[in-house]
Amino acid sequence: MRPFTYERAASPAEAAAAAARNPGARFIAGGTNLLDLMKLQIETPSHLIDVNGLALDRIEPTPEGGLRIGALVRNTDLAADARVRRDYGVLSRALLAGASGQLRNKATTAGNMLQRTRCPYFYDTSQPCNKRQPGSGCAAIGGFSRQLAVIGGSEACIATHPSDMAVAMRALDAVVETVRPDGTTRSIPIAEFHRLPGETPHVETVLEPGELITAVTLPPPAGGVQIYRKVRDRASYAFALVSVAAVVQRDGTARVALGGVAHKPWRVEAAEAEIPRGAKAVTAAMLDGAKPTHDNAFKLRLVERTLGAVLAEAKG
Amino acid sequence: MEAGIGTAVGTAVTTLAGPVAAQAISRESTGLTVRLKVNGTEHDLALDPRTTLLDALREHLHLTGSKKGCDHGQCGACTALVNGRRINSCLTLAVMHAGDEVTTIEGLGTPEKLHPMQAAFVKHDGYQCGYCTPGQICSAVAVLQEIEAGIPSYVTEDLTAAPQRTEAELRERMSGNICRCGAYSNIVEAITEVAGRPA
Amino acid sequence: MKFDTPAGSNPIDQLKVVGHPIDRIDGPLKTTGHAPYAYERHDVVANPAYGYVIGAAIAKGRITAMDVGAARAAPGVLAVVTHENAGPLGKGSMNTARLLGGPEIEHYHQAIGVVVAETFEQARDAAALVKVTYAREEGAFDLAAVRDSARKVEQSASAVGDFEGAFAAAPVQLDQTYTTPDQSHAMMEPHASTAAWDGDSVTVWTSNQMIDWGVTDLAKTLNLPKEKVRLVSPFIGGGFGGKLFLRADALLAALGARAAGRPVKVALPRPLMMNNTTHRPATIQRIRIGCTRDGRITAIGHESWSGDLPGGQPETAVDQTRLLYAGANRLTALRLAVLDLPEGNAMRAPGEAPGLMALEIAMDEMAEKLGIDPVEFRIINDTQVDPGQPDRSFSRRQLVECLRLGAERFGWRNRDPVPGRRRNGRWLTGLGMAAAFRNNLVMASGARVRLDRQGRVTVETDMTDIGTGSYTIIAQTAAEMIGVPLEHVTVRLGDSRFPVSAGSGGQWGANSATAGVYAACVKLREAVAQKAGFNTADAVFAEGQVRAGNRSVSLAEAAGEAGLVAEDVMEFGDLAKRYQQSTFGSHFVEVAVDAHTGEVRIRRMLAVCAAGRILNPKSARSQVIGAMTMGVGAALMEELAVDRRHGFFVNHDLAGYEVPVHADIPHQEVIFLDEVDPISSPMKAKGVGELGLCGVGAAIANAIYNATGARVRDYPITLDKYLDRLPDVA
Repeated sequence: MRPFTYERAASPAEAAAAAARNPGARFIAGGTNLLDLMKLQIETPSHLIDVNGLALDRIEPTPEGGLRIGALVRNTDLAADARVRRDYGVLSRALLAGASGQLRNKATTAGNMLQRTRCPYFYDTSQPCNKRQPGSGCAAIGGFSRQLAVIGGSEACIATHPSDMAVAMRALDAVVETVRPDGTTRSIPIAEFHRLPGETPHVETVLEPGELITAVTLPPPAGGVQIYRKVRDRASYAFALVSVAAVVQRDGTARVALGGVAHKPWRVEAAEAEIPRGAKAVTAAMLDGAKPTHDNAFKLRLVERTLGAVLAEAKG
Repeated sequence: MEAGIGTAVGTAVTTLAGPVAAQAISRESTGLTVRLKVNGTEHDLALDPRTTLLDALREHLHLTGSKKGCDHGQCGACTALVNGRRINSCLTLAVMHAGDEVTTIEGLGTPEKLHPMQAAFVKHDGYQCGYCTPGQICSAVAVLQEIEAGIPSYVTEDLTAAPQRTEAELRERMSGNICRCGAYSNIVEAITEVAGRPA
Repeated sequence: MKFDTPAGSNPIDQLKVVGHPIDRIDGPLKTTGHAPYAYERHDVVANPAYGYVIGAAIAKGRITAMDVGAARAAPGVLAVVTHENAGPLGKGSMNTARLLGGPEIEHYHQAIGVVVAETFEQARDAAALVKVTYAREEGAFDLAAVRDSARKVEQSASAVGDFEGAFAAAPVQLDQTYTTPDQSHAMMEPHASTAAWDGDSVTVWTSNQMIDWGVTDLAKTLNLPKEKVRLVSPFIGGGFGGKLFLRADALLAALGARAAGRPVKVALPRPLMMNNTTHRPATIQRIRIGCTRDGRITAIGHESWSGDLPGGQPETAVDQTRLLYAGANRLTALRLAVLDLPEGNAMRAPGEAPGLMALEIAMDEMAEKLGIDPVEFRIINDTQVDPGQPDRSFSRRQLVECLRLGAERFGWRNRDPVPGRRRNGRWLTGLGMAAAFRNNLVMASGARVRLDRQGRVTVETDMTDIGTGSYTIIAQTAAEMIGVPLEHVTVRLGDSRFPVSAGSGGQWGANSATAGVYAACVKLREAVAQKAGFNTADAVFAEGQVRAGNRSVSLAEAAGEAGLVAEDVMEFGDLAKRYQQSTFGSHFVEVAVDAHTGEVRIRRMLAVCAAGRILNPKSARSQVIGAMTMGVGAALMEELAVDRRHGFFVNHDLAGYEVPVHADIPHQEVIFLDEVDPISSPMKAKGVGELGLCGVGAAIANAIYNATGARVRDYPITLDKYLDRLPDVA
């Protein structure tokens, strides 16, 4: 961990401004991902802006009938919120599928959205990685890639996004709210928030330097049967091989997002028209153009079977 | 009389000399002064800002009950309670905890006066090498509180109902604490016994 | 004391303390966080500096340049030790690769330096400032690819009768190949050491299973006389074979402390451990079994291939096949290839653990071919003698009893012999079983026992407690022998100033170390009797008194002001040659497999063990359930994934290398058969800590087959290996 200076910010605008003044700055909230990476010098901020003192830890109803989740709401608190459990069960379940009780007590809503990949080559600083060191190459391609992306990857990167929460958020059409260093705010639909790796896998979201997430907003409850199903090698405390977030309506229509398959939570709205034709058809449409490796080709079949399980469960 | 084992054990709690900082945090690249409240006692520590809460406990306060198994949030051996909630103390900076109430395994009970959870772990042999044990016990104490508070888990069948103290719930909730010796079956029995007692 | 004739009646047989399920005496310290581990010795070392280890970034080649200038100049740095300034170093006799590499690099993350600084944070940061340039060389990293180049190893090779002929003539044949992956011990406490020099002598507080091996190899590596080295290791946060040997933490703490001129502590960073230290090597195993139609084995052959660094050792995966089942024609063979992966070495139940993972699937497959129940098939082929030397019998062998009792208690008769037919909602369920077998080893073991003027007993031995319960069973042994309450016994372990013991490994620790304590106690009894004026043979030790006839003397009085001390070593004669000493068991498992996704959940587990006298049923049971848990990991998830291009284990942390968590493990049942084995030692005990692992993986594999109809012969059995063979559920 490189030396850094540390300050506590008192307001979102002040935090964003502090970030603008310090080009090497990072915001820190839960710290569960950032400190992990700082210890390995994968993240090397020269300045930390502690945002825990910002009053962004509330969950409030929106005028439209949805929920506005403060950026600092801890994963445990979001998953346990009575409104989330009742109206956004897929989100509660996805949060609870992630990490451990200890980590969920610290990890925040914004931080979870910004989690970085668990690609083992990203984590091993002796190996080339375009995400960690742009232009150095990708050791994962041709290497051990069982956990990595089957779709949306590039010649530069086949990393996956590790979040469970974000997959549910994608199925729920959440919107990310931010404040920029100049004090202006914006709302970013989650579909546009995470980027595919392309030639610049180190640029993972559309956030600008110094831009701070202040909240994530959920639209009014979608109803239906909400399921989050995570498949992994051990029963808990592990990242997904694949996961499925689904909101299935009585009329048979559904929204489906996938985790563990791409550099971002994966949703193909057009594929959802295939729901009446079953999991195989939906999977074919969602993963059209997939380029799996030898190690992770099984994910295609696993998505299909997991989605089949979810659709069967939704039918009851 | 208790059976003894041969290592003298110090439980020294160090208090660093020096003026009490007027504010919890001063902006310096090194040598921040932090006031930490651990197991009911306040300590003023001069810390490198890079110091994790775990290393502040182990290396500065000599409270080595919180263990460093991985230092990356992958094992749970460092689990401590902060303001009553369990966290991985390896993945948080000490400077971020000025004013917080930190409880470590040493704050739950002592060899002479065990906390009920500690006593249950001894009775059910819920440990072997002992290295993950403090984290398991801190986690177990918090797990029962979390169920009591109605916080659901991934295996809670009905998200809108209050979770129960079933073995499945305990196993899922304890899964952030790895025990390579494999004492899980006994640990769950120990927790179940404590959970069964009247509050 | 020499143990060379079977034990007769002795004071241990009283079983007043031994044999009882006593809570561990170290429990209050461990559960309150007061047991001090190697990195936590604030009680004995004030103000240590911190060492941070640097690992090689290549698997094979040379360091062409090493720039430590920036690290040396970094804040707080006291010393940087590399091959360039470490001075001449030897190599420990137990080490294959050198513990401080450079300029030649033998494996990935081989330690190439340590940076010592005032604080941990400074040392870690400065370590990242060391710039290393390498000349990378080609290496061999893929066992399957170099299989044909492997050389035959005489160790474990055996041939009885005409295997090839008998196999060819057998009416029912099985010829299958199985693979087991590289595995990591992944103990919870990283390898850690605190070193302090006093003149030219060094003390290292460390985490090591075998104190005397560690002293010997640290002295050898530092080119010091052995008496200049002291190791202290009272608490060890798990070992499983990974801490049998001197490792880089101890050497670099010693070198760092010498360079910095003050005590230094070093813990291996978790992400470095899996490539820096040893691992259980991967195997490829070919098993051939020939049977008559009524299920009698006529030919059994087991060959195994593994790899290691030059000068390394094979994984002895075929050993159990020489002894477990009958059959007139037999073949075992080992082949060892050179691989430039990190050093392979012992991990819990080396040999038998991976060997039975293969053999016990093969037995299941053969039983199915024969149409014989798998339990019955094993019973049919039981042998009470070493099949290769029929005049040599087993000291005790209750395999059949373990199988029968296990089958009865587990409800084996409810198993559907046709796989893939039991479905309950989303779950396919199945039962599987396997035999358990592990040889019982004995090792010379010494101890010193003191009786003080208060009648209290103190035992000192360099034996270690790695979670096995050594403190407690040693206290029980001394209490039984001297006739004092357990509370009047103090046990001091893990210090090289104490008599050399068997140490903890190969499941020899409990029986051998308590036998050493027994020997020392026999001597102490003699000294006490003599002091009290009794004939030793007549003296009865009970309730803090020594009695003979109608006279009794309190132990405190007999000890006198000065106290009494006795020391002895238990040495073992040739009983292990005259008799085959082994431990036996059976494992039964019920699994549920998600019909859609293939996720496996273990519903029930039972182990039945026959392992001599059980010294403490509570801690022994814990050893077995812990081993069963490790067996779940081996069956379902554990694999060090090899990057075959660059030669390293890719998933080298506890997020990438998955071991079982709470949610993977159901309630576990263990039954110990009532058994004493007077051939093993005066304790009449045998090892049990490894037996519990042997066979578990195959029992799970067989249960998955029974649930799904998918036979997987390559561990771990992850869902990707059988997803396409699950019944269609669409």
